[in-house]
Amino acid sequence: MLDLTPSQTVGPFFAFGLPFDGGGDVVPMGTPGAITLHGTVRDGAGAAVPDALLEFWQTGPDGRVPVRPGALHRDGRSFTGFARVATDRAGDYRLRTLRPAAPSGARDAPHLAVTVFARGLLHHLFTRVYFPNHVEANAADPLLAQLDEERRATLMAVPDGGVTGPGYRFDVRMQGAGETVFLDLSVSGAPVPT
Amino acid sequence: MSASQEPATQRAVSAEIAEAAAAPPRPDGHPDRAYRPYRSTALRAPQRPLVVTPPSLTELAAPVFGAADVAPIEADLTRHHAGEPLGERIIVTGRVLDGDGRPVRHQLVEVWQANASGRYRHDGDQHPAPLDPNFTGGGRALTDDEGRYRFVTIKPGAYPWRNHTNAWRPAHIHFSLFGTAFTQRLVTQMYFPGDPLFGLDPIFQSVTDEKAQQRLIAAYDHDVTQPEWALGYRWDIVLDGTHATPPDVDGA
Ligand SMILES: [Fe+2]
Repeated sequence: MLDLTPSQTVGPFFAFGLPFDGGGDVVPMGTPGAITLHGTVRDGAGAAVPDALLEFWQTGPDGRVPVRPGALHRDGRSFTGFARVATDRAGDYRLRTLRPAAPSGARDAPHLAVTVFARGLLHHLFTRVYFPNHVEANAADPLLAQLDEERRATLMAVPDGGVTGPGYRFDVRMQGAGETVFLDLSVSGAPVPT
Repeated sequence: MSASQEPATQRAVSAEIAEAAAAPPRPDGHPDRAYRPYRSTALRAPQRPLVVTPPSLTELAAPVFGAADVAPIEADLTRHHAGEPLGERIIVTGRVLDGDGRPVRHQLVEVWQANASGRYRHDGDQHPAPLDPNFTGGGRALTDDEGRYRFVTIKPGAYPWRNHTNAWRPAHIHFSLFGTAFTQRLVTQMYFPGDPLFGLDPIFQSVTDEKAQQRLIAAYDHDVTQPEWALGYRWDIVLDGTHATPPDVDGA
């Protein structure tokens, strides 16, 4: 095994390097079945974090992991499954996407995989967005199953009515009361999925 | 509370750096998120332990990028404006590998950096150093069949920041990387050999294992240097190992 390259913070000045136009528009406005997801990133004092960057990565409604380039220059048709959004001055982010479905054979309930980057984070954080309507799948999900009700709630999108279709709220609390569940996914020697 | 709002001296921060360096380093080489010398971690590092869970099928795959995403000129940061930027022109090249030493092929590498004066093209950068009308400082590239990337840019300057009194960041280029699994996602910084600021910088020193620190520093490579044109640096990047097989992509 090679020794890995250590992580360093994204810092405060990534705005001209990482975000791209339409980064949160995984599907165009008016797409049948589109949902919006929005929320606020807050720090340990409850203050909005205006310089966070979130990435979302997901399956489509067909339960497939997209293998499709073009997220950085969206063509308006191809579902790439990848979103990148910076928070604004109020710590808010927003994206428009399709509902994820579980791939066949998956033990995990449908979810969006999320990375959180920010100044002050020396190593990004992983978390997930789950949806409350998948009652059975959520009950069987290996991650959700090991969390108590309060912790589990931090991973659940909250329906709050959308502007152009169903809307969900998902806030990220980096630290303190209501701290979001962040994940250690570094299972060494994980079996190869085929 | 009031004591913590007063900016610390370099001496005090250096003492904290030394204290953290005396603790056993993390085996994987990554920094601890709660690292006191870097003040912004105080309210942003989670307090709860991470929840260990196996990666989902989604997390074992990664987004793919291709020619539609990245134009070749994006890898040459000196050609994004009408004129040439000021500063020392450099070539930065290397390979992106997984923990088994296998190349990460046709994958996205993104960089951003300050200009030669140590100033970012960002509203929040208060450093009274000049902007360069011919330099933005963001670049993108795709790795080739061997996992190689190559950027042409100018050497960024060191810059001050407000972590503590007289705090200066060593010159660095920010890098963002994807592997073949989302779990391999990495954002990091590349440094230049021999920088006198290494020992003083809380962000560099947050990697407390000296050997791991060395893996953040590019090597000067005379074989990369081009005569009468640019100095060359080589920097290989190793992502957290997984055993996922990269999917085949049309048009990548
Ligand atoms: Fe920087």
